[in-house]
Amino acid sequence: MADTLAPSSSHSTAGAQGPEQGTKRDFLKLVTGSFAVIGVGAIVWPFIASMNPAKDVLALASTDVDLSHVAEGQAITVMWRGKPVFVRHRTPQEVEEARSVNVSELRDPEPDDARVQKAPWLIVVGVCTHLGCVPLGQKPTDPRGDYGGWFCPCHGSEYDTSGRIRRGPAPLNLVVPEYTFTSDTQIRIG
Amino acid sequence: MASGLHDSSISNPIVRWIDQRMPIFTMMQKEYGTFPTPRNFNYFWNFGALAMINLVIMIATGVFLAMNYTAHTSLAFDSVERIMRDVNYGWLLRYVHMNGASMFFIVVYIHIWRGLYYGSYKAPRELLWMLGVVIFLLMMATAFMGYVLPWGQMSFWGATVITNLFSAIPLVGDSIVTLLWGGFSVDNPTLNRFFSLHYLLPFVIVGVVFLHVAALHITGSNNPLGIDPKGPQDTVPFHPYYTAKDSVGMIVYFIVFAFLVFFTPNYLGHPDNYIPANPLSTPAHIVPEWYFLPFYAILRAVPNKLGGVLMMFGAIAILFVLPWLDRSPVRSMRFRPIAKWLLLLWTANFLVLMWAGGRPAEGVYVLIARLCTAYYFAYFLVILPLLSKVERPLPLPESISRAVLRGGGPLRGAAAAKPMEKA
Repeated sequence: MADTLAPSSSHSTAGAQGPEQGTKRDFLKLVTGSFAVIGVGAIVWPFIASMNPAKDVLALASTDVDLSHVAEGQAITVMWRGKPVFVRHRTPQEVEEARSVNVSELRDPEPDDARVQKAPWLIVVGVCTHLGCVPLGQKPTDPRGDYGGWFCPCHGSEYDTSGRIRRGPAPLNLVVPEYTFTSDTQIRIG
Repeated sequence: MASGLHDSSISNPIVRWIDQRMPIFTMMQKEYGTFPTPRNFNYFWNFGALAMINLVIMIATGVFLAMNYTAHTSLAFDSVERIMRDVNYGWLLRYVHMNGASMFFIVVYIHIWRGLYYGSYKAPRELLWMLGVVIFLLMMATAFMGYVLPWGQMSFWGATVITNLFSAIPLVGDSIVTLLWGGFSVDNPTLNRFFSLHYLLPFVIVGVVFLHVAALHITGSNNPLGIDPKGPQDTVPFHPYYTAKDSVGMIVYFIVFAFLVFFTPNYLGHPDNYIPANPLSTPAHIVPEWYFLPFYAILRAVPNKLGGVLMMFGAIAILFVLPWLDRSPVRSMRFRPIAKWLLLLWTANFLVLMWAGGRPAEGVYVLIARLCTAYYFAYFLVILPLLSKVERPLPLPESISRAVLRGGGPLRGAAAAKPMEKA
């Protein structure tokens, strides 16, 4: 009598079917608990998903760049997904510099030809891999560090003419975004 | 026991460590575990818990909607459309929030009606009742300001009409309206402050709900018989009896809610609010959301600007003094043969007002609204005070357990008291 009315069965498991087997109440608790967990999970999912990029944000996720007016030695900065992308028209000398490096000595070893699609055109995300500042070096008057690429003013990381990290605290090379040449003088980033 | 630590009865060492220093687990166990609750609740007693759940849903969806909403007259409407079309599950968040407001009022109206029928407003629960009326007022303000945010035609003209109510106040009315607007018409400053307040007030509601529940846990719950529990034989522990019973109601509530959200999300809304706000053209038929219609009908029933406004606010203000208008010592209408029918008539009257508020303010509708307004107030101001003196109530049962256990004697009562001791 008391057992059937008892609200909490945790002290009375011995009464029903012995301590080995679970009681009916244990089963009900388990089912109710699982139901609640799955239900809450199903409710939480759309809330979290709503914080991911919306469709209009994704729709603007690629950027077309016209390269025809970028002269040799010149660099331009374009905006892609809210971040700067460095497009650099490298001189043959800069390409030579980037390719003559002993790759195995680099912090983040990567040959130059794996980082470009066409030798003169270096396209990298202009965000320092240390803590996210925008490195200097796009303008001829900017400091470019000892390796002729970019210099990050925040913590002194130096990148070479292939955008690879050569000195300073940054751990990785500047990221090469996904891009394709849609014509000889046009690229689409993203 | 070290001095200064709470004497916790919890065995889990980590929980115990916290509980000794801040006995929230002991408090939860006392207020929601073993809390002695009348054993004879019917399903009307689900609605307080449902209102609590509804408030949480509104705050959760509201916080996530605010992440994508822009409170500016030139961007607000489009940002809401962006939520509907581009934001992942944005349509779901908005439809839940929109219909959640309607569900909140359905739940709260039933909750208030429960109080009216079973006399929950009477001593010693007067303050509990008054805090409830404060929550109701805050809800109305929050809902009104929330309705303005999408900046559609109904948003704009609803805001214009409701803020203009204050212009009825003699002498300072116009200055007050200018103050509310932050300008000379409903415009960007109005939208900005409404958004700010719409975000703030729900948390004020949470605070008053806390007081409401704190007051409830002093007096204890009323029950369908309206008589006080006389001992352990009249109560059961809140958990698992009423956690389980509330869960049943919660599932039905979620079914209704889900039906609205997934099948008729705009049924309770107004299509004109999908037209961007235009300060140069008022929609032909302007109506507030359904939950304001009874009060809107009262406003329009009075052929005087100030009078209408006073009657409308008076219709809610009168609830504050209800505990002193109804002097009958019998709480539950089950034992009040006359008041019971007049309250049911008042309920029908309230629904007719709701219907009349949605009709055009002309012809027979005005007459109906006037008659209903008269009865609305007469019930509180004439009928209840008078019945307190002349009505002869039916005999009250000896105790809750006697009534619900069909004459169950002390033996039954003693056995039933066991779970309480164990829990």
